[in-house]
Amino acid sequence: MSTIAEFKIPYSQFLDHKGEVVQPLPEFAQDSKILIPLYRAMVEKRTFDSKAIALQRTGRMGTYASSLGQEAVGVGIGAAMKADDVLVPSYREYGAQFWRGVKMREVLLYWSGDERSNNYECQKTDLPICVTIGAHAGHAVGVAYALKLRNKNQAAVCTIGDGATSKGDFYEAINAAGVWKLPLVYVVSNNKFAISIRYEQQTAAQTIAQKAIAAGFSGEQIDGNDVIAVRQAVDQALQKARRGDGPTLIEAMTYRLSDHTTADDASRYRTQEELSQHWVFEPISRLRKYLTELKVWGKNEEDALIKECAAKVQREVDEYLNTPPQDPSGMFDHLYETLPSAFEDQREELRKKGRVHA
Amino acid sequence: MPEINLVEAVNQALAYEMEHDPSVMALGEDIGVNGGVFRATLGLRERFGQDRVLDTPLSEVLIGAMSIGLSTMKIRPVAEIQFSGFLYSNLDNIINHASRMRNRTQGRLSCPMVIRSPSGGGIHAPEHHSESPEAMFAHVPGIRVVIPSSPLRAYGLLLAAIRDPDPVIFLEPTRLYRLFKQEVPDNGKAELLDVCLTIREGTDVTLVSWGAMMNEVQIAAETLSTEGIEAEVIDVATIKPLDMETILKSVAKTGRCVIVHEAPRCAGFGAEIAANLAEHGLLTLFAPVCRVTGYDAVMPLAKLEKSYIPSVEKIIKAVRKTVQFA
Repeated sequence: MSTIAEFKIPYSQFLDHKGEVVQPLPEFAQDSKILIPLYRAMVEKRTFDSKAIALQRTGRMGTYASSLGQEAVGVGIGAAMKADDVLVPSYREYGAQFWRGVKMREVLLYWSGDERSNNYECQKTDLPICVTIGAHAGHAVGVAYALKLRNKNQAAVCTIGDGATSKGDFYEAINAAGVWKLPLVYVVSNNKFAISIRYEQQTAAQTIAQKAIAAGFSGEQIDGNDVIAVRQAVDQALQKARRGDGPTLIEAMTYRLSDHTTADDASRYRTQEELSQHWVFEPISRLRKYLTELKVWGKNEEDALIKECAAKVQREVDEYLNTPPQDPSGMFDHLYETLPSAFEDQREELRKKGRVHA
Repeated sequence: MPEINLVEAVNQALAYEMEHDPSVMALGEDIGVNGGVFRATLGLRERFGQDRVLDTPLSEVLIGAMSIGLSTMKIRPVAEIQFSGFLYSNLDNIINHASRMRNRTQGRLSCPMVIRSPSGGGIHAPEHHSESPEAMFAHVPGIRVVIPSSPLRAYGLLLAAIRDPDPVIFLEPTRLYRLFKQEVPDNGKAELLDVCLTIREGTDVTLVSWGAMMNEVQIAAETLSTEGIEAEVIDVATIKPLDMETILKSVAKTGRCVIVHEAPRCAGFGAEIAANLAEHGLLTLFAPVCRVTGYDAVMPLAKLEKSYIPSVEKIIKAVRKTVQFA
């Protein structure tokens, strides 16, 4: 018997959990002026995260999906993308969304249950988050196909979770992306959980990255808690996409330190012991250690950053809480570009109701 | 001018719009080299290239999903789902995303896309090839549902669907694809969406139908005329949004209404029309609203499909009964 196909899945990490450099750093990471903004963005996102949970717990916001422990994935993606690339995000990649101009108050407004949140003030092209798991893997194929058709040297990044890779949508999407060699990068945040279902229950495959091989393009695994590895891998994949060399699947190995959402209680399926073990590998402290060793970061900078983040988040929270309520008839305002006359009486009914309440 | 059939009219509309709007593209299974299983896209790949007339992998979910991505990026996709039963795997994309993107982003992004699919029975096709799913889609806020009933209307309505800024489910009656021909000027003139078309004027009863059943309904109307019953015939054509005004006006004149559709009766679109008549036209009615529909049974395979689809005789009987109601 002969071998007809063989494959390898590379793994990369630059900064281990102790903040030690394990292989020569890519060029960008040799410049602390580039590393510090990555660090700041992760801290800012984590500050936002705990505030969002507090808002939910105090009844001032609805269900919220935290991304505690996964900061490096979103921030690394955001930093690697160009402004005119297109992000097709899952929830939890707030780090990427913030980097690309989505406001914190918009994310808070979203989780409070207000569609106006997705009409981003500064980010006009990226898709909003997709709640039906994995459906947007296929939307991303359309986005990337449009970019290819227009030949504008842009690329799309689609983020999904490990759970989404069990869905047919994902397989149909990566299959087509491979056929058409689309300028598309899939980043799978493998945070080990789809609510309570663990990786081993999702798939018997050794890696998710290898699923790209079946679709005819390369897959790689990275330490998703190492923001340098994330930025480098996404950057390389985007360059490949822009060269016309097709899609890439990046499996970012991370860990969900939070509950699935504020409506979930992870202690039902995860021990405190397991959780504590994974805190060791979280993404922020390793970069702080490294920057501290470089002597470009210290207690003063850290204290200032914490204050700055708290103030920024508070400003955003205030803006969010002061958002004027939407008129109930607003549910018809963007149903169609122009509301067909058949539904005008229903909108009018809500308008009248709104006036009565006011 | 040569006469063309309905499938040729679809082709003509697609070609016209692709010629005049470079953002329009077609995608689907076997639509390129093969010209589509019904030949609706014949010759388009040669004219507009394989990138704009895209043969997709055998992936219905992907076809719907990527149409969403394309349309948010200002490409206007016209997707073909080969047979109506294969639309169902796309409900997630149609209901959860295409129909909602505009509302979800408050107008920042939208999905001006068309999903074309043959629908209805009568051509001895295998299982899942003969479904009439219009009522399911009519239930979904944010989309349009359009069903042409002639080559002329197929041309004008498809142009309107492609130019519409919102997602449109465009169901093409398979039974009519090659049933008759008409002269269809290739003038790029779109029909109006959101309006019912009055095909025949009459004073005794209003016959409401759409799609392939318009054929049986028109034959029934002519036969009834020889008995002295003059039916006003309305082609709903744009199922959603429903132009109830035209139907109510007609019923106000005739006082009687028979609704004919091929889809099952239970929660079929006839129920929506009947409910509207009850709500807004009850006092104009001289007889109960009557529905002539497919059965609440699984659409049978080829051998029994004729027993399933309402016949001309069945429509005539229902109209006689409605007209004779005291």
